[in-house]
Amino acid sequence: MNQKQCLSISAALAAWALTSFATEAQELASSQVAKGRYLTQAGDCMACHTDFDNDGIPYAGGRGLETPFGVIYTPNLTPDDETGLGRWSRDDFYRALNEGIGRSGEHLYPAFPYPYFTHMPREDTDAIYDYLRTLTPVRAEKPENDLPFPLSLRGSILGWKTLFFEDEELRRDPEQSEAWNRGRYLVDGPGHCGACHTGKNFLGADLEEEYLRGGTLEHWFAPNIRGGDNGGISDWSERDIVEFLGAGRAPHTAPMQRMGEVVAISTQNLERSDLSAIATYLKSLDDRPEPEREDIETERLEVGEAIYFDSCAACHDADLTGVPYFFAPLVSSNKVSAEDPTTVIRVILEGARAVATDAAPTPLSMPPFAWKLNDDQIADLVSFLRHRSNRPAGSVSASQVSEIRNYLIEHQGGER
Amino acid sequence: MNIERRRVLKTLFLAGTALAAPQWVFGREYGRGQGVPWEPLTGDIPYHGTLEERFFTSQERETVAAVFAILIPSDEDGPGAAEAEAVTFIDRQLAGFYGAAQHWYMKGPFPKGAATQGYQSEHPPAQLYRLGLRELDLHCEREFGVPFRRLSEDDRHSVLEGLDNEEIEFTDLSAKTFFDLMLENVIEGFFSDPIYGGNRDLIGWRYVGFPGARYDYREFVNHNGARLDLPPVGLMGRPAWVRN
Amino acid sequence: MARQLPGKDVVIIGFGWTGAIMAEQLTDAGLEVLALERGPWRDTPTHFATTFAQDELRFYWRHGMFQEASHDTVTFRNNEEQMALPMRRWGSFLPGNGVGGAGVHWNGQTFRFLPSDFVARSHNEERYGRLPEEMTVQDYGVTYDELEPHFDHFEKICGISGQAGNVNGERVEGGNPFEGMRSEHYPNPPMQMTFSQDRFMASARQLGLDPFPGPSANMSRAYTNPLGMQLAPCTYCGFCEKYGCGNYSKASPQTTIIPALMRRENFVLRTHSEVIAIEKSADGSRATGVRYVDSQGDEYVQPAEIVILAAYPLQNTRLLLLSGIGEPYDPQDGTGVVGKNYCYQVMSSVNVFYDDHYTNEFVGAGALGAVVDNYNGDNFDHSGLGFIGGGYIACWTTNTRPIESHPVPDGVPGWGSEWKQAVRENFLKTTAVGLHGASMAHRSNYLDLDPVYTDRWGRPLLRMTYDFTLNDRLLTAHITPFVEEIARGMGGREVKVNRRRGSYDSKPYQTTHNTGGTIMGESPSDSVTNRYCQSWDLPNLFITGAGLFPQNAGYNPTGTVGALAYWSANAIINTYLARPGPLVQS
Repeated sequence: MNQKQCLSISAALAAWALTSFATEAQELASSQVAKGRYLTQAGDCMACHTDFDNDGIPYAGGRGLETPFGVIYTPNLTPDDETGLGRWSRDDFYRALNEGIGRSGEHLYPAFPYPYFTHMPREDTDAIYDYLRTLTPVRAEKPENDLPFPLSLRGSILGWKTLFFEDEELRRDPEQSEAWNRGRYLVDGPGHCGACHTGKNFLGADLEEEYLRGGTLEHWFAPNIRGGDNGGISDWSERDIVEFLGAGRAPHTAPMQRMGEVVAISTQNLERSDLSAIATYLKSLDDRPEPEREDIETERLEVGEAIYFDSCAACHDADLTGVPYFFAPLVSSNKVSAEDPTTVIRVILEGARAVATDAAPTPLSMPPFAWKLNDDQIADLVSFLRHRSNRPAGSVSASQVSEIRNYLIEHQGGER
Repeated sequence: MNIERRRVLKTLFLAGTALAAPQWVFGREYGRGQGVPWEPLTGDIPYHGTLEERFFTSQERETVAAVFAILIPSDEDGPGAAEAEAVTFIDRQLAGFYGAAQHWYMKGPFPKGAATQGYQSEHPPAQLYRLGLRELDLHCEREFGVPFRRLSEDDRHSVLEGLDNEEIEFTDLSAKTFFDLMLENVIEGFFSDPIYGGNRDLIGWRYVGFPGARYDYREFVNHNGARLDLPPVGLMGRPAWVRN
Repeated sequence: MARQLPGKDVVIIGFGWTGAIMAEQLTDAGLEVLALERGPWRDTPTHFATTFAQDELRFYWRHGMFQEASHDTVTFRNNEEQMALPMRRWGSFLPGNGVGGAGVHWNGQTFRFLPSDFVARSHNEERYGRLPEEMTVQDYGVTYDELEPHFDHFEKICGISGQAGNVNGERVEGGNPFEGMRSEHYPNPPMQMTFSQDRFMASARQLGLDPFPGPSANMSRAYTNPLGMQLAPCTYCGFCEKYGCGNYSKASPQTTIIPALMRRENFVLRTHSEVIAIEKSADGSRATGVRYVDSQGDEYVQPAEIVILAAYPLQNTRLLLLSGIGEPYDPQDGTGVVGKNYCYQVMSSVNVFYDDHYTNEFVGAGALGAVVDNYNGDNFDHSGLGFIGGGYIACWTTNTRPIESHPVPDGVPGWGSEWKQAVRENFLKTTAVGLHGASMAHRSNYLDLDPVYTDRWGRPLLRMTYDFTLNDRLLTAHITPFVEEIARGMGGREVKVNRRRGSYDSKPYQTTHNTGGTIMGESPSDSVTNRYCQSWDLPNLFITGAGLFPQNAGYNPTGTVGALAYWSANAIINTYLARPGPLVQS
């Protein structure tokens, strides 16, 4: 990238910094409500508690969360007496976030990420509570969850919690810097990054050894975001991470789809010092080296390369290096090299779009290829990309593609 | 609408359908801070009909194939309209919106125009072919005693020259307009993307050296007058996209 | 019965380049703006993605993105002796349709007119004496110097790739030595030239001419514009003109303005909404809004404080005529103004055929080219030549799409074996040098309403009466030999000269540079708008686009169209809003 181009992007970033920090965050920073609002944004609460598909009112709940066990609908967080948090006390609210227990003493499904929120101190949950009280009450009943027996019995959660839930606050690590500690708090507490980016066991609980190494949910694979040696974003600088979360663009990729929501609703509103802290923490996480991969058949690589050269190079460049800040360099993509190729396959099938932010309003998009490439072709293409990656990964099969295609046809009305 | 909600809509990428006001109110409405609509799996992909769609009778098809084979012949220099299946291309085109002139202005009156005024036939392309082919055969039967498709190659050639030079005239339509349309269509059938039924196996593009539906030549801008041997690719690929 | 809608500050008719520019500027000034577009929504990943945009049959030959001729078209005749007949399908020019308008499928050749082009009558009369009676050439009323900041801004919005020739009066090597003084360099360096341009430049230099890289709205590198919009590097795929760009590398309303605009609360766009009339107050002193029809045929009245007429030039003229605004032009006595001075572009070209070299012109871009301006405008002495104006000579490598382009040497028939073989032999080994000439206004070239043919709602079509003029004929006859001379110096086996011959023919594609009809000027007696593009008749009606040009210069119009839109928006925001009324007293 040449210098002039760098400058124009920095200029856009500077403009973003001015609007989002100076005007909102700092003006309101003094009040408890402002603190609560900030933490609510950091927690991305609006994302789950708003039924966007049906033009729902923010925080009024009703969004269906697809879990491996069934669909769980989110509750109404507005202070409505009948259907929302109107009759909840601060203690009730703290208990929900800290222990996963509802107002009537019922155990809450861990789709509500209290295993992360439990790391938040009381003063932070109180601030969130105070902020939510200021919302206009909205009467909104949530639909019945669609869960199979016995998960439909709340009692089953108790067993889950006994096995997997620890109620504890994060202790400061005196060996590490302030920034690192703040970053870990944001990542593991309100930010609940691991809810998507950490692998789960068969009961949906985080696997400690898979911490931020990538996780599968809602037919997406949220990639490895460890930034140290061998990590999925080892070649990202701290500045890259800050740009990605703050402005929605980085040299490597832009936030798309669900991560696009996270940036739009949550991280673009965070203070730069907090984004830097997150970056500092992620960059400290080393990962284990990739295992050796068996070779992919030459013929598959040749087919994959032909398709790539003819169909993908127009944006991602013939040598897979992309255009920084515009089109992802696929050689270093943590989605391409992921153990689970779901996301890269899905993006090829249905397309993808970079989130538009005030700093970067262009919703750069990749078109869908589902109509154009069959399962074998996509499998060969993805295998080629994984072979050419800086962190080579194994081949993928046509049946893996087919499974995702069938899911999309079923859930999105099919190819058009 | 409260401020918070506006902000959310502004920052989120919502599906196009959610943004649009109901059709019966205004057509469609966009904006109001809601950003640009987009949906996954959605695109205005090429409409290319089905392989079954056909307009010609078998005799018409034979005649058009015979005309096309004179206009773009198969010869020692390479393949022609026959190998490219240009007749399949136009058969399908005439069965669709093109044949019906759906996107052309077809209101009357239809006086004969000057040459600079372009297509002025009252017949949409499909109808023009139907009537034109009938008149072509009538002319050939009158002159040679057989329909066009039974003529010798030399006679076919001279009949087409007669149409092109306006030496042959039809009664109910302009023979020149009909000829010009056939010439335009055979070139389309020889050189359009194979998705439309002609240019079979990319034969037309191979013949002239056109690399087809590519989208990136950055590596080749500096060719300095050298030949670039890039295999042609269609919208649906090329042989190298398929494993043996 | 038309349904009455709540009022807006501003209603914009048509949402192409100038509609988007006006909407961006006026929403930025805090106004509530509604844009009405009669075509559909269009966006890069959905409507012209890299997966299917490069489809010659669909987008050019089947008119994938052009104005829907079945709804309405233009009737055409060469002169008043003929009956005008409808252009039943598009040919010579291709008006746009839908969001982005023709700005989606343009090539991206983005010039500034010369300073003398804006004062064509006074400049030429001062230098050469009185113009002939029938040449209705006029001054714009606005000067190059006044437009300069707006040219500059439009170039930054578009990310134009080019080489300046005159920055603040300093001559810059490699740029156009004849250009008006510019305040800044182009925002991006020139496109990478290819074989044909190298040969063209060498030949031109040999002849003592001053070639320079064509100013291009295809990106020579990744670029972020002042609105934060991102444009990617051009990949030289050769699908610009007649096609939408699939990888964000050509400036269009979609890539430079619309997404930023769509984030604003005070902007609304309605598609499938065709304005059928501009409404006037009872005393005829102001526009009160517009009347439009949606895709169901339902009619609405949309009141507005300001009306911006920003459709294609041909539609702008027609809408004024249908709305009874301004006096229609009468070619008999030269009175009236609406429909006056319709102009186009005059072209000729020379093909160069090589034996041993491949031009590979499929490696191209809409504005990849080298240009010589020595014979444009008044850059050369016209004394005794009998014409004014000129044109640029250029070697553009835009494409070789095979349905459209198969140049063959002289003497090759139009079909059959000999033709086929000649196409194969020359397809990869040809280039062309073209003259892109000015079109001067003439009393007998004009637009009015057709007495016979009607659109889908039963309203008269626009009638075009147009032929090349004596000025055009002399201009091309004089300059084409220079085109040939450059072409001959490019080292080919042979050349073929395609002279401008006979009458204007509406069939073959020439260029979508239809100008005039709603011209700007210094007096209400000879123009439709004042120098701020404000209607002389209705001070709250502003008009944009190439219809404002009193005559067409020897350049592609979009650069000047963009600058005029920013100039006009600036006048609305900084002057009109404080004191609504005529900005120039008539």
